[in-house]
Parts: sequence; C-alpha cells; structure tokens
Amino acid sequence: MKLNRRLFLGATAATLAAPYVNAAGHGRPKVVVIGGGAGGATAARYIAKDSKGEIDVTLVEPSRSYYTCFFSNLYIGGFRDLSSIAHSYGTLASQYGINVVHDWAVGIDRDAKSVTLAGGAVLPYDRLILSPGIDFVDGSVPGWDTSAQNAMPHAYKAGSQTELLKAQIEAMPQGGVFAMVAPPNPYRCPPGPYERVSMVAHKLKNENPTAKILIVDPKEKFSKQALFEEGWQKHYGGMIERIGPDFGGNNVSVDAGAMTVTIDGSVEKVDVCNVIPAMKAGRICDMAGITEGNWAPVSGHTMQSRLDENIHVLGDATNQGDMPKSGFSANSQAKVAAMAVRGALTGSKVFPAKFSNTCWSLIDTNDGIKVGASYQATDEKIAKVDGFVSQTGEDADLRKATYEESVGWYAGITSDMFG
Amino acid sequence: MTYKTILAAIFVMAFPVVSQADAIGDDARGQQIFKKCAACHQVGANAKHRVGPILNGVFGRQAGTAEGYTRYSQGMTRAGIDGLVWDLEHLDAYLENPKSLVSRTTMNFAGLKDAQDRADLIAYLRVFSDNPANIPEAEPTGVPPEVTLSPEILAIVGDPEYGEYLSSECLTCHQSDGSNQGIPAITGWPTEDFVIAMHAYKVKVRPHPVMQMMAGRLSDEEIAALAAYFKDLE
Repeated sequence: MKLNRRLFLGATAATLAAPYVNAAGHGRPKVVVIGGGAGGATAARYIAKDSKGEIDVTLVEPSRSYYTCFFSNLYIGGFRDLSSIAHSYGTLASQYGINVVHDWAVGIDRDAKSVTLAGGAVLPYDRLILSPGIDFVDGSVPGWDTSAQNAMPHAYKAGSQTELLKAQIEAMPQGGVFAMVAPPNPYRCPPGPYERVSMVAHKLKNENPTAKILIVDPKEKFSKQALFEEGWQKHYGGMIERIGPDFGGNNVSVDAGAMTVTIDGSVEKVDVCNVIPAMKAGRICDMAGITEGNWAPVSGHTMQSRLDENIHVLGDATNQGDMPKSGFSANSQAKVAAMAVRGALTGSKVFPAKFSNTCWSLIDTNDGIKVGASYQATDEKIAKVDGFVSQTGEDADLRKATYEESVGWYAGITSDMFG
Repeated sequence: MTYKTILAAIFVMAFPVVSQADAIGDDARGQQIFKKCAACHQVGANAKHRVGPILNGVFGRQAGTAEGYTRYSQGMTRAGIDGLVWDLEHLDAYLENPKSLVSRTTMNFAGLKDAQDRADLIAYLRVFSDNPANIPEAEPTGVPPEVTLSPEILAIVGDPEYGEYLSSECLTCHQSDGSNQGIPAITGWPTEDFVIAMHAYKVKVRPHPVMQMMAGRLSDEEIAALAAYFKDLE
C-alpha cells in the first residue's frame, strides 16, 4: 500500500476516534517487554522515546550483559573480541527511563494481564511485548539435549556457548575434524551456520591447516549458497565438506560421550561438534498459550498475536510470513509494534507497516556478502516486495566495501537497540 | 622513491613546456574522476555549496574556510585552525584517505588509492584555482546532477513528523548522531541534495542495492519528509 497524505491523515483520524484502553484503571498505561534483544530492546526504546514519558515501560531480560548473536561468528573467526559484541542496558534505564528488570518471566496471566517473574514480582500490563528469541526442539538431533551442550555446543545463543565453541576449536588436534549439525528450516539467521563455517575455516587455515570441516545438513539448499560455496572453494579449497539430505544429512544422531556423529548409519569420530538443533519460539510463548506449532502467529499490520490482541510478538519467535528470522527483522518489526502500541495506548499517529531486512555475512578477510529485501503487511502475512543479493564473481573492492558496510550496520543497529 | 619525489620530478621536467595543471596530471581525466565527488561538491562558474563546500579556489585555501559554507565538521575546522592549507601535498593525502588526514571529517569518501587518479583529479581542481577566469561558463558543475527532477518534486515541502516515522527504517544502519562508522552520515544535508540522492537511488542511477531497495518504495512525498526530518537532526 502506498501512503499518501490523505491516507495517513485518514489513519490518524481513525486512531483518534478509537477509545483508549487505559492502564489497569489508573496512572500511565503500562507496557511490559519480555526479552532484551534486537526486538525487545528496540521496542522498549522506541516506545519510551516516542511516548515522551506517557507510557510506563518495563523491560524484563535475565542477562545483564547481552551478547548479540549477529557478529558472534566474527568473534569465532577472530575479527571481533567478545567485549565488542557485549551490551548493557544502562542507557535504556538512564536516558530513556525504562524500568529494566533482570529476571526471568515465568508466567503470563492473559485474563488478569500480568506477568509473573521468577523472583516473585507480578507486573501488570496494558500491552505485553514478547521477544524471547528461540529455544530448541527436544529430540530433534537424537543423542543431543541441553545436558550435552558443554560437550557439543550449539553456540546459537551468544555468550558463554560461543566462547566454549571457540576454545574447543583452538584445542583441536592438528588435522582434526570440526563437525556441524546444521538446523532444518525455519531457524534463526538463515546464513548463520554457513558464515560460522567460513569463520571456523578462516581460523583453522591459520592455526590448523590440515583440519577438516564436515557439515551435516538436512536441507537441500541454504541461504546465499552459491556465494558461500564459491568463497569456500576460493579461500579454503578442500577443507569443507557438506553432506546434504541426498547422502543422509537428514538422518543424523550424535553421541556426546564418545564424540561421534552417525550419518545414515555411518559413525564418524570428530573432535569438535557444533550441534544446531531445530528451533521453536522461546518457551514463554508456549507458556502464554499463543503458539501454533512451534511459533507464535502474528498480524503483520501491528505484530499482534493472532490469539491475543493485547500481546505483540517480535522477531525469531514469530510466524509472520516472508521475513527471515534475523536481528535486523526483529528490529524492523519492533518499530511497527512500538508505533501500534503507542497508537493504541496514547492515540498517537499510526502509519502503515513497512519492514526491511539485510543480512551481511563474512566469508574471509574483507570478503563480505549480503542479501536483503523489503516487505509490507497484508492481511494474510508480511509479504516480500523487493530484494537483492550479492553476486558471485564480484570484485575484491566491492566485497571489502560490503564488509565495511556490515561493520557500520553493527554500530547502527546496536545504537538503535541500546541507545 | 616516494610519490612526493616523483611528483617533484614531474614538476621539474614538465614545467617549462606545459601549464601547471598539466604538470600535476591530466585534468581532462580528472574531470571524469570528479564524478565521484559531484554528488556532494560543485566547481565552476555557478557552483554552490551542497553537502560539501564549493571547490573553486581550494588550492591554497586554509582548511575549513570556504566562504558561506556552514556545515564543516569540528575536525575540519580544527585542522584549519591548526594550519592545514590545501596545497598539492595535503590535497593528495586527503584524497588518498580523508579520515587519515582529518580524523573526524564528515566527508564520506573512502579515498582514491591510485596515485595517478589523485594527480589527475587535483589537476582538474587546479583549473578552478589558479585562474578563475578560465571557469567554463557552459558547465557550471563540470558534471550534471545525477537525476533531473521536476520543479514540482523539488518544491514538495516534507512533513518532518512523517519523516521521523519513516526514519526509523534508516536508523537501523545510519547513525542518528551523524557519525560514520562504516555507513555514511545522512544528517544535516541540504534538502535538495537529499532529495536528488534518494531519487538517484530510486531510479538506480546510484549503485547500491540496499539503498536502491529502500528508496525504490518511497514516494516523492516520503522522500521529501525524510529530507525534512534529517536536515535538522544534529
């Protein structure tokens, strides 16, 4: 939908005419945001910033230091240090007046419109925003569960798991084998596993050049495949082998005690095993009863849950349509939700939803690639409008510029999230 | 032998027979290279300040002192106060890596790595410095604007409030404080330059896939609204 002045004035008038559902009887309307990542931190910041104090915003996030999943592969590759992907919530509290609570949400009462925290506190809300990211599907990789994550890290929630995986790669014997069990669709960050392989290869090329990388993949195809495969051939020829479903990549189990991966009945001994299981919405969505299957369905117009209009869901946890599960997408969706929440609670202007996403990946030093698209909301879903992807055979200057752009984007989006 | 001594040698050898501009480099080729600069800078008879200052008379000028230009970064102003003068050596260094010479410049230009490209460009700029009477009347900027927009489009008065809403999409990558950490600053631009740049992306004259996509779905009013919003963002 194209927005012209008449349309958006119309939208404003409609919003003004709507009755406001004001706080639980008194005071400023209350918004509780659960999850302080790309979706939740952005939503909290935009609501607080743009409502200029009219809305009481509480952000619930267990971690005091948030490690971004995006660019965590670059830490593994040695392009960033861990502190450069760590962020605190101090500015959101001090500059934006957001009540930042470091605790776990353990219960949601949709009738009473309240959230219970592990510490016992109960937070009432007028609107609830859930941006919990992902959890893993039990049993999706036979032999692996959370108790195996020290022997076989997922490193798909950044922080200690990422540090652990990097340390294990550094401890590999010369000529050892790094295995990755790649996830089935849909999952967080479609190019993520393949950027990770690139970064592991970059590290091994310098430190352990006779080592091998084995990808066991249940998917026929993956994001930016031609670009990654071209780059792997160019930079890491012979180091990386991928076993797709044709050769049993969809029939895999692991034994964390024996450090083996069994592919279609054939047992492989490996030195490091990065298991990235199938994913589902963060568990709080299940507890709130707003999931269908593994994900939380939402309306693209407002990011409201299809099952509860007082709850908005953002980012990886959602089933929204065509957008990939990425930090950029979550940030984009957060702005639409923030606008809708302010419109509902304070009568501010509401414009038609627009979304965009770009995912940059690094293959080797100064060899960056990207894929992106723009989206709009329809009644059925968030629908792709237009897109682009890097091309194979691009010259080195363009790839370097793409990498430098990704560094700029990281600075931009983290400022946009954390202030 | 350093580049500087090569230049000096060229000067000594060439000076007796050709003009000074030719001695630095090929100013005709430099005019082509200037297209990289022309999105932000003008030279020539009717040149105006745009995102960047007029480059007439830049040779020998103290940094940060172009008359009537008000958008100098603190870094550039400071460099001028500290004594930076745009002579051959310093223009060459600045064009090779702007942020290396003036660390906090807002000039969003990666630099020209090729020494001959820089020499030719400097030769072209020299034409507009050593003899202002030679400024070609027919080609006020040396390079036409990237896109020609109707007066109606340029006359649209953008709604900054609408621009603020639309800007949230820009701010995932561009910094609201105007800093450049790998993605160019877009704050404080003159309205017309902003509008022309966005339309140039929209019709894919400017080559950047993300910006072509973002601009591609903005209406004329939306571009004007964004220009109005970012113009006053500090």
